Amino acid sequence: MNEATARETPSRRPLGWVLLEFFGSMNLAISLLVIIAVASVIGTVLQQNQPYANYVLKFGPFWFEVFGWLGLYDVYGSGWFIGILGFLILSTGVCLYRQVPVMLREMVRFRTQVQLDSLRGFQQRAEWLLPGWDGERVTAEATSALRACGYRWRLQNYGDHRVAAGMRGGYHRLGYLFTHAAVVVIGIGGLMDGNLWLKLKEWRGQIAIERRDLASGEVPAISRLQPGTIPAFRGNVMLPEGSAANFVFLRLRDGYLVQELPFAIELKEFQVAYYDTGQPKTFISQVRIHDREHLGDQPLEATIQVNHPLVYRGYAIYQSDFGDGGSKLELSAWPLAGSRSEPLELKGEIGGTLKLTGSAGSLRVELDDFRLFNLLPEPDAKPGDRKFRNFGPSVGFKLRDAAGQAREYFNYMAPARLEDRLFFITGMRTRPGDAFTYLHIPAANNSPERFLKFNARVHDTERVRALLERATPAADKPEFQHDLNLVRANLLDLFVKGGFAAITERAKAVVPPDRLPEATKLYLSILRDTLAEIFLEILREEGVPVEQGVGAAEDAFFNDAVSALAALPDYGAPFFLQMTRFQQVEASGLQVTYSGGTTVVYIGFALLIAGVFIMFYTAHRRVWAWLAAEEGGTRLVLAGTSGRRQADFAREFARIEAVMARRFGVEPQPQPVPPTHL
Amino acid sequence: MAVTHEVMLESWDQPAPWRSLRAWDVLWGLLVLAGSGYAYMLYRPYMDGYEVAIQSGATLALIAWGLYWKPARAFTLVVTGLAVIALWRYGNDLGLRRSNFLLKYFLESQAAFMWMSTLYVLATLTYFGALLSRSDFTGRTATALTWSATVMGLTGLLVRWRESYLLGADIGHIPVSNLYEVFILFALITALLYLFYEDRHRTRAMGGFALLAISGAVAFLLWYTLDRQAHHIQPLIPALQSYWMKIHVPANFIGYGAFALAAMLGVAYLLRVAVEARQPTGLLARVLPPLELLDDVMYKAIALGFAAFTIATILGALWAAEAWGGYWSWDPKETWALIVWLNYAAWLHLRLTKGWRGAPMAWWAVIGLFVTLFAFLGVNMFLSGLHSYGTL
Ligand code: HEM
Repeated sequence: MNEATARETPSRRPLGWVLLEFFGSMNLAISLLVIIAVASVIGTVLQQNQPYANYVLKFGPFWFEVFGWLGLYDVYGSGWFIGILGFLILSTGVCLYRQVPVMLREMVRFRTQVQLDSLRGFQQRAEWLLPGWDGERVTAEATSALRACGYRWRLQNYGDHRVAAGMRGGYHRLGYLFTHAAVVVIGIGGLMDGNLWLKLKEWRGQIAIERRDLASGEVPAISRLQPGTIPAFRGNVMLPEGSAANFVFLRLRDGYLVQELPFAIELKEFQVAYYDTGQPKTFISQVRIHDREHLGDQPLEATIQVNHPLVYRGYAIYQSDFGDGGSKLELSAWPLAGSRSEPLELKGEIGGTLKLTGSAGSLRVELDDFRLFNLLPEPDAKPGDRKFRNFGPSVGFKLRDAAGQAREYFNYMAPARLEDRLFFITGMRTRPGDAFTYLHIPAANNSPERFLKFNARVHDTERVRALLERATPAADKPEFQHDLNLVRANLLDLFVKGGFAAITERAKAVVPPDRLPEATKLYLSILRDTLAEIFLEILREEGVPVEQGVGAAEDAFFNDAVSALAALPDYGAPFFLQMTRFQQVEASGLQVTYSGGTTVVYIGFALLIAGVFIMFYTAHRRVWAWLAAEEGGTRLVLAGTSGRRQADFAREFARIEAVMARRFGVEPQPQPVPPTHL
Repeated sequence: MAVTHEVMLESWDQPAPWRSLRAWDVLWGLLVLAGSGYAYMLYRPYMDGYEVAIQSGATLALIAWGLYWKPARAFTLVVTGLAVIALWRYGNDLGLRRSNFLLKYFLESQAAFMWMSTLYVLATLTYFGALLSRSDFTGRTATALTWSATVMGLTGLLVRWRESYLLGADIGHIPVSNLYEVFILFALITALLYLFYEDRHRTRAMGGFALLAISGAVAFLLWYTLDRQAHHIQPLIPALQSYWMKIHVPANFIGYGAFALAAMLGVAYLLRVAVEARQPTGLLARVLPPLELLDDVMYKAIALGFAAFTIATILGALWAAEAWGGYWSWDPKETWALIVWLNYAAWLHLRLTKGWRGAPMAWWAVIGLFVTLFAFLGVNMFLSGLHSYGTL
């Protein structure tokens, strides 16, 4: 098969021939297969097509540039990768071009020109001298035996001898042809569907990708594609319920293009159904297609589901994502920093911004995420237990200060039960991509109010002082009492500003090291007493009887509240945003594709399957009966070869031989019978 | 153990396949048709056109399998019998799996998988025992153990299929939907492929090696069950709710199973080469399977695996075209499937066009298993993508 590669190199050849030689060589083909395999790994190790900011964060500015230049953020669309694929197609094409004529000839040619010596050299052979048989009869019997064994044959009479050349399974060669043609066909189809066209247009300066965050209508013409300008694309659009769009976004590197559609898709309704476990069961978009030209005034109603796309005029529309379409929220902003404890009532919607002014200047609250369900691993579960719990609705938002710095928050609406106590959970992170750290606000009567009042009171220096003075039992040394109250107020202040860490810092600063543990313990216990008194006052105001001491629940609440207070300085927000009501508006993420190459690729698939099976499971087999008259009889030499599946053929040959032997009434010759395990 | 010419002659004078059908063959075909027809009557209201097509295809494939390889018939009948008993015992009450003796200790899917696991490990040891002791009886015992394990495994899968419906009509699905289930499928298919070659080549020398891969899968399964509790039946995420899953996944696992088998034969090959170099007359050199045999079966397994994997990848592409909006998205799982495929394409080219044989090809087959393993395990564990079903 590899005649071409094995041929020696003469001194001078035309360039075309050399190129043909190079591209058609088996070594190149095998190298390409391996190279593509290895290159493909890159794109699976490095997540592709992420926002470019993520890459900068990951690699630093220098390597970010280098990797970008190498096209590693979109390996499979990069010039070099497509180039290698092109090489493979070319190489396979050249291989086909050179092999096909040979193979077609092989398929139909009976090889009647064989030498006796070469037949005798075959591994599968038998030879008899048949006394009393004349050539005609031997020929007739041998050829009919061949036919009985499924072989077609052709007879050639050379005067002194005759050769009946039989063959079977000539179509085996089609296997090679189909398989390799399939590689070329699929490759071409794939290139048609790839982003080659966009690249070409971009290179010619006909389009430019847009990197700004614009509404679709504002995107300039240079970044817009009219329907039909490229033969294949794959774009996305997020449609809130009740809205319509006649375009999709094509993401490209760190920007996008707008591909216009010749029709509009309206999202009537988006539904998510859930299993009893809370996992999503189906995502369904009820859509209307508006297309005056083809549908008139009557829109087309359709349902799109995962695994059930809608194909309209060659455009396939898929359910691919979902999100928020501007859910309406009511929120209570509970102050965390001052002595005020009444919440500020707010209204907003996802995608919108609220402005708040506080002591720290003005803040922007960017509401960007609402979720109805949050199915998370059960926090109390043992590791490996695959239990999930639905933590209910949540709101995610960014808090941006005047300098533009933002922190992200993620608040659950309802309190969650953790270790048998209820908490409002709010997550915070300073950098996108980091894990959230969570603040657990203890809930009383399903409300964060008690904690927030407690917190406000702790901040209220006036009332704290009054309380301390009132609550302290009269002592014999009033100045000492005054000093103690000062210490208590100071410790409280430190705690409010910096948590427990601030207390230990202070201890370190004022106490000699040998007495440090003792002093810290004392400070903490003083602080705790102070906090307890404030807490008791809050309870009293609520009407909870505290004269007999507090119950276990209040005690636990107090401990949780102190932990939460200690964490507040790191929380970074001057308020706690509690979602009190919502009206969900869903959005459905639809993907619209148009791929002109699909049919081509599918034809390639069919060829590939047919080819592989023909190649593996059929074999081109040849059997020769060579016969010549000898004194008193005829000499018959039987020999055969198979291009594939030698072991099977050895057995088949033994059978042919046995059939012949029976017809001629001789013994089969045992030597070529294969050991059965082969 | 050469086959005599009489035997060959006997089976020779049968020019056309249909004329060579005997009463038993016809009976087999009719039996499968009847069974499939009955199942069709029972479940017709719940099947759509695609599923009816898949059932018809599976019926024909099963008939063909039994005609091509006789032991498949007894296997099918035993598995069907056991599964029917289990279904009959269950009725409509899943709770019986805790209380009914037969179900609890034998036919309930977890019990069946435990039997399968135990029997496969025993079979592995027995095969090696037979290899070293050269005892024919031990060898036959190993084969029997492997068959029994496979029967239990497939029965367990069928029963699990039913159990998933007993859990809730909307939860029911064919048990090839997560890593736990496909590992069982992997063990079964690898075992059946091995048993086929054992039968066709009339040697049990390769058994221990082939079963080693299965024992590895069993070890993973046990860890996955006991440590990760992965055996619970989970409802299907939307992306998997498609008839394509029924054909795409099994086709893939014929490929994986065949590649794993080839790799284990590669190990045997390399071992034998090493042994022959060191102690050409030692016990191992005498009992290990011969090199030509290993080379031949390794090639056949890779060829079969390649063909199955080609089909599976194409089915995957067709499914992707329906689920994700394009037949190819360079998602990590797809990409790794391509890598596996290209790897074996290169292997086949070297062998067929360059005539490479021997240790290098055996090494390559072994390394190929790691590539394959990454494609079917590593990708799910380490890489994210459409196949990890994070969101939709
Ligand atoms: C993605 C690209 C390719 C794939 C998937 C592929 C696949 C295959 C397969 C599966 C076989 C059959 C092995 C067997 O019969 O067991 C084969 C054989 C062969 N391939 Fe390729 N091939 C590719 C590219 C090439 C190229 C570029 C060449 C030319 C240099 C080539 C030349 C051959 C030849 C000469 C044979 C032997 C045919 C025979 O003996 O009947 N292949 N190929």
